[in-house]
Amino acid sequence: MASLAARRAKDNAVKAISTGFAALAIVLLAWILLTLLAKGLPALGTNVFTQITLPPGQGGGLLNAIVGSLIQIGIALLIGGPIGIFAGTFLAENGKGTKIGSATRFVNDILLSAPSILVGLFIYQFLVVPFGGFSGWAGSIALAILVIPVIVRTTEDMLNLVPVGLREAAFALGAPQWKVVIMVTWRAARAGIVTGVLLAIARAAGETAPLLFTSLGNNGWSLDLSKPMASLPIAIYQYAGSPFDDWVSLAWAGALLITVGVLLLNVVSRVVLARTH
Amino acid sequence: MTSAVDPTFNLSSAVAAKPGAVETPTKIQVNKLNFYYGQNHALKNINFTIPEKRVTAMIGPSGCGKSTLLRVFNRMYDLYPGQRAEGEVMFDGVNVVGKELDSTVVRSRIGMVFQKPTPFPMSIYDNIAFGVRLHESLNKAQMDERVESCLRKAAIWEETKDRLHTSALGMSGGQQQRLCIARTIAVRPEVILLDEPTSALDPISTSKIEDLIDELKQEFTIVIVTHNMQQAARCADRTAFFYLGELVEVGPSDVIFTNPKEIKTRDYITGRFG
Repeated sequence: MASLAARRAKDNAVKAISTGFAALAIVLLAWILLTLLAKGLPALGTNVFTQITLPPGQGGGLLNAIVGSLIQIGIALLIGGPIGIFAGTFLAENGKGTKIGSATRFVNDILLSAPSILVGLFIYQFLVVPFGGFSGWAGSIALAILVIPVIVRTTEDMLNLVPVGLREAAFALGAPQWKVVIMVTWRAARAGIVTGVLLAIARAAGETAPLLFTSLGNNGWSLDLSKPMASLPIAIYQYAGSPFDDWVSLAWAGALLITVGVLLLNVVSRVVLARTH
Repeated sequence: MTSAVDPTFNLSSAVAAKPGAVETPTKIQVNKLNFYYGQNHALKNINFTIPEKRVTAMIGPSGCGKSTLLRVFNRMYDLYPGQRAEGEVMFDGVNVVGKELDSTVVRSRIGMVFQKPTPFPMSIYDNIAFGVRLHESLNKAQMDERVESCLRKAAIWEETKDRLHTSALGMSGGQQQRLCIARTIAVRPEVILLDEPTSALDPISTSKIEDLIDELKQEFTIVIVTHNMQQAARCADRTAFFYLGELVEVGPSDVIFTNPKEIKTRDYITGRFG
């Protein structure tokens, strides 16, 4: 049997290694965030929110990209939210132990981890090519496909946390299943479902690949969903790699905006969850 | 006969003289009932009757089938594929376990209160109104009246009248359970099934619920599953003892607890097993 001192030494060594790597992870994250703040904050003037993207050397802002992102994410949510919530509800309430349930869950898990560029290519083949061009609709639908699996998964998980007894109590009063689901189970799980939707938005907000082949990006002002539409990730992609200093600093400003937005969504979803538990 | 019973464990003192000794009409008649969880034969050829406006207790060791039988009465088993009942449970001339009957109708007439309090995540008022709205359309005044009368009957009005519109989740466990009883009677059932309604409660809340059961039997037929034999002796007019999916013995509670016919019953109520 090892001596106490030897065991202590081993214990300390393992502690030191895990603390070290945890610190390393945090340092890397902090480094990224600090760089983002250092480069993004100075570039974040009012022009970013009031002007659209202009040719190099003329200033300009990101208004069209911000609005384009909001529109496409909004539509993605309108399409993907109900599909995701209902599919997740089906899996939790009716899909247990059924073939269609397991098949749906399996496909959803694949979709959850599918590279987002595949989703972009899929929409390119099925919407962009046949309908003759890049469009805001195509971008929105690509994002919808990305948010659906996240919402399905969180909805199912959250509904599974609702005690069986609560459902039985509602059934015991003579409620039909749809009322039990809407009035009791959804209500009991609503904070979790909302969190899932917020996290799905956070995921969609930063995606570039599915938009490259679908809404393409647009340097002009356009709210027409049947035309190419600007978005923040595409603007960052386009500007960050350019040789123009003002474009590069706008890219930093855009990156900071997305990061802060996603961070806020995460904080809000945590608050929502914490408040109900 | 009582000489065989452990002298330190005497339930006869708990069995008070009850008006329940008077016979009342049969409310539920169980004929040749068999129940299966998949391949598992959980209830074997059960025959017995539940008298109207009386308290019938079902006792027995865990897994004996008493809760299963309770869940047959309001077709709770319908929710789970693989569970099925064969035979008859006659309730007002209708076979409750018959395929043609809508289970939501059965459940509105045979209510159920569960072991753990299960308030819905809504206000106290809405907890009661939820079930009522399923079956009746009342105006605001009628609903207010229904809510109040049910909370009064469940002996919880005084504690809740000033916070009807706050969340029911903020109540104590005992209050929640009385709310669940109020919610059940709000639907105006004829039978109330109680599945170990006090096993998650402290002694004071338990005695409040037991008093309540005594009140409620004026109006409702009550079936209670309990692990607590003193409770069965205190509350029930009739007691049925189940063992391994079979009904061993049923009769007036004072007989079951003082002078049972079957050895198994006597062994169980004296704590020899279970």
